[in-house]
Amino acid sequence: MSANPSVIRKPLPVPGTLLPRERSGERWLAAVIAVLCFLATLSAIGALAADRAAHGWAGELRGEATVQVRPRVDESGPTAAARAAETLSAVQGVEEAYALDRKASERLLAPWVGEAVLPDLPLPHLVVVRLDEKHPASAPTLSRALAEAGLDASVDDHSLWRGEVERAAGIVTVLAIAAFVLIAGATAAVIAYATRAGMAAQADIIETLSLNGASDGHVAGLYQARFGKLALSAGVAGAVMAGLAMALLRLLGGEAGLTPALPVRFSDLLAIVVCPVLAAVTAILAARFTALAKLSGRG
Amino acid sequence: MPIQERRPTAPNKDIDVVRLRGLGFGYDDRPSVLRDVNLILPHGSFHFLTGPSGAGKSTLLRLMTLGERPQTGRISLFGQDVTQIPRSAIPAMRQRMGVVFQEFRLLDHLSAFDNVALPLRLNGERPRDYVQDVAEMLRWVGLGGRFEALPPSLSGGEKQRLAIARAVITRPRLILADEPTGSVDRAMGEKLMRLFVSLNKLGATILIATHDEDMAERYGAGLLRLEDGYLRQLVPSQRPPEHQPHPEGAAV
Repeated sequence: MSANPSVIRKPLPVPGTLLPRERSGERWLAAVIAVLCFLATLSAIGALAADRAAHGWAGELRGEATVQVRPRVDESGPTAAARAAETLSAVQGVEEAYALDRKASERLLAPWVGEAVLPDLPLPHLVVVRLDEKHPASAPTLSRALAEAGLDASVDDHSLWRGEVERAAGIVTVLAIAAFVLIAGATAAVIAYATRAGMAAQADIIETLSLNGASDGHVAGLYQARFGKLALSAGVAGAVMAGLAMALLRLLGGEAGLTPALPVRFSDLLAIVVCPVLAAVTAILAARFTALAKLSGRG
Repeated sequence: MPIQERRPTAPNKDIDVVRLRGLGFGYDDRPSVLRDVNLILPHGSFHFLTGPSGAGKSTLLRLMTLGERPQTGRISLFGQDVTQIPRSAIPAMRQRMGVVFQEFRLLDHLSAFDNVALPLRLNGERPRDYVQDVAEMLRWVGLGGRFEALPPSLSGGEKQRLAIARAVITRPRLILADEPTGSVDRAMGEKLMRLFVSLNKLGATILIATHDEDMAERYGAGLLRLEDGYLRQLVPSQRPPEHQPHPEGAAV
C-alpha cells in the first residue's frame, strides 16, 4: 500500500470508545453510587469517632480509682482518709492520692439530694487516686497497701464501668464497620447488575467485538474501565458531600456541642479519599467477574 | 490495490486451511441443518458456496468462525483441530481470519474509519501504525469521503463495502464471506470481487457464500453446493494456478 502524505500530516483520529455510552442509565447508577459512598463515608467517620470515644472514655476511667475508707473505732473518718491518701501516694503506679473532704462530697451529692438534708447525712470517706497512665497500679495492689497500713477500705478501680463503656463503644464500632461492609456489598451488587444489564443490551456489540478477535478479558476490561471510572467520579461526589456534612457538624458542634459525645476530627476526612477509591476498586472487580462469568456462560 | 502484508507470516502451504470431517449441526440438538459435511480448503484455494435459502450456508460459515460448536464431526483450521478448542484460544484463531457477515455486523456507534480499524485495534496496534492503511482501504472501497460517517447514515451498499474493508484490513489467511456483494450494484460488485481475487493471489484462502452460481465460472473458482444438509463439490477450485486443490479434492 503506498503511503499517502496527506493522511500523515493530519492529526491522528481519536479512536471512538468501543462500548457506546448509555447516558440515562449511567446517570441513575452514578446517583446510587454517590448515595452509597455518602453513607459509606459517614459510616467510616462514625466508626473512627466511636473507636476514639471508646478509648477516651475508657482511658479516663482507667486513670482513676476511688477508695472508700471505713474508720476504726479509735480513729476519725477524715484522719483515716488522710492516712489512706498518704499510704496510697507512696504506691508505685499512683501519681496522686487525696482525701475528698466533706464539703467536696456534699458538692457532688447536692444536685441529687438537695442541700437541706446534706448536713444530717452520713457520708462515706473517700480517697481519689489518680493512677499513672502508662503503668497504673492494680486494684489488688492498692488494697494490699491499705491492709498493710492497717486500714479497712474498699477499692473501686471502675473496671465494671470501664468494661461496660468499652463494650458499648465496641458495639457501635462493629455496627459502623458492618454498615460499611454492607454498603460495599450493595455497591458491588449494583455494579454487577449494571454490568449484566449493559451486556444484555449490548450483546450484539459484544459478539461483533468477539468475532473480530476480542478476548473475554478485553471485553471485560471495557466494562471494568467504564464502571470503575463511573464509580470513582460518583464516589468522589458522595464522599465530598459526606465530608462537608461532617465538617459542618464539627464546626457547629465544637468542643461543647455534639463532638464530645462523638469526637470527630478533621483528620477523619481522609475517609473521603479512601471511600471513592474503594468504590472504584469494588466496581472494577464486580464488573470484571460479572462480565467474565457471563461471557463464559456461567453468569 | 490497497493490500499489503501487515505482518510477516509464513503460512505452511502444505497444511489445509480448513478441514471439516463428518460435520453435523442442528439447532434442536439433532444434526438437522448440516449432515455429514466433509470439506477441505487447501491453502490458497478460492471457492463459492451456493445453495437455496435456508440450506445452512451461514451456519456452515458460523461453525468455521467458531461461533457454534458442531454436534458431530471435527473442524480443523490452519492445521489445528479446533472442535473442542478452549474459549480462551478462540480470539487468536479469529484474528487469523476475515469474515464478512450477511448482516454486516458493523458497530453503529463507531465511525466508518473506526469500524475498519476495529480488528487492528483489537490486535493491539496503535492508530499511528494503521491510520494510512485504513484510510486507503476506505478510499479503495469508495468510502474516501465518509471516514466519519456512522453506519446508520450509510446505504446498504456502503455498509457492505465497509464490512468487506474491515474483514480484509488485517490481510487474513482465511476469508469467509456471506453474500458479500448482495447489496451493491454490478460495477461495485465486480470491483469487490477483484479485491477478493487479489487477496487470493496473495495467498489468502477464500470461501464466499452466494446465490449466484455463475460466479464460480466467472472467477475460475471452485463451486460447492449445500442442499438438504449435504455438501457437494460441483467444480474444483482453479484459482490461482499455483494453488491447485489438494489431491483429495476440495470436498469429499
